Amino acid sequence: MNRLGELERAIMDVLWESPDAMTVRQVGNCLTDRDLAHTTVMTVLDRLTKKGFVRRKRAGRAWRYRPAESREAYVAELMLTAFDQTGDRQAALTRFARSVSGSEADALRTALESLSTGGTGSRS
Amino acid sequence: MSAPVMLLGAVAVGCVVAAHLLARASWPRRSPAIAIALWQALGLGWGVATVGALAGFWASGLRPRSGIGLPSVAAAAASAPRLLLRMGTAERAWGVMTALRASSLIAGILLLALLWWILLAAVAAVLRARQRQRALLCLLAHDDPKVPGALVVDHPAAAAYCVPGLRSAIVISAGTLALLDQAELAAVLAHERAHLRARHDLVLLPFTALLRAFRWSAVARDANREVALLVEMMADDRARRRRPARELATALLRVGVSGGGLAPVGALAITGGASARGEMGVVPAGAAGSGRTCSSPAPVGARPDSPRGRAMDGELAARVTRLLKPPPGLPVLAMILLGAASAMLVLAPAIALLLPL
Repeated sequence: MNRLGELERAIMDVLWESPDAMTVRQVGNCLTDRDLAHTTVMTVLDRLTKKGFVRRKRAGRAWRYRPAESREAYVAELMLTAFDQTGDRQAALTRFARSVSGSEADALRTALESLSTGGTGSRS
Repeated sequence: MSAPVMLLGAVAVGCVVAAHLLARASWPRRSPAIAIALWQALGLGWGVATVGALAGFWASGLRPRSGIGLPSVAAAAASAPRLLLRMGTAERAWGVMTALRASSLIAGILLLALLWWILLAAVAAVLRARQRQRALLCLLAHDDPKVPGALVVDHPAAAAYCVPGLRSAIVISAGTLALLDQAELAAVLAHERAHLRARHDLVLLPFTALLRAFRWSAVARDANREVALLVEMMADDRARRRRPARELATALLRVGVSGGGLAPVGALAITGGASARGEMGVVPAGAAGSGRTCSSPAPVGARPDSPRGRAMDGELAARVTRLLKPPPGLPVLAMILLGAASAMLVLAPAIALLLPL
């Protein structure tokens, strides 16, 4: 991943860690690379805002930034939109294996047990 | 009605009937690649034959002795304005037949436009969705030594998929890492890589597009489901060349029965702050089957024993059985006949359209 992508990621991590909205200076202080110019941090925050991942509000003379959604919400969106519930393919091709349940799942579990014990058996 | 038009109409109907039969046949599992070629031929043949029949019906009315070939259609089109003018001055009355032919032409043009439109719309939607996936993966996913070359997302459900395209990616959930051992993970990676290398997304795209347009059609649904399953089997076959089949089989089974679903309990609202687990009804991988039909195409709340659930369970079992006990391939003669049939389905309507018969 390129440098800009890494920065966006690092800044999102900082924002997700913090319970409150943060100013550019606060974000810069939390980043591990303290040599980053203030303007660089601000530019990346602007990009993230334009992309819709970050929201900002004016507080006095400075902007305060917060993530638009929680990390868990984005992870859920990632997994759910890969392939929607009606089976229409979206971004992803297909799931590796769809979940089964009920009596068929029991039958498959039996098959799994016999396969696992039949050979090398033990899993870590 | 001229003979070529009737022939095209028969081909169009025949394609639908053949699709219905093919969806229920068992031989495709013995040779998925040939079956997919036949599916593609049926889809393309149906499209060409239907449009051709509709346009031909109109053209045969204007110049009864001409064929349906494109040159004839073009000539007929050139004379149409004159004919319409003459009809207006009562030299030839508008009869039921004329109205039917005119409607047929309009229907043909609309169908052709619709088919192109849905294809382009599907491509645009897929590209947009992939872009969003990549943006989210950039922010959320990380590497893991257990799955070299793939991206890991911190989600408790067991899921693995690939994002095709120029900048492709393989995504494995944290739940999957916890569930499978090293060998099984390698098998999953091999399976997903097979999808990417063989560009299965291009194979599936026309069927996905068709389903979006003809969502109400049982044949479109069947076609979509069958081709998706065949594509999975092709990836299984390719993966089996690099990894032992049993590892892939146990990986499939573990993920399948893990009960880790992604079915949203309520509306698909993603609000900030709410824990994804609570809102999305996620069951972590490894939990004993709660009897929920997770991530099934059936609506949430459907009973696990619904016919839809049974068909799906059959798919997973079919793949596992196929891995452990590979069925014999099709006889060479059968493969040749099927290949010839597929070619004919595509070429015959196309030739009929281009030549003045």
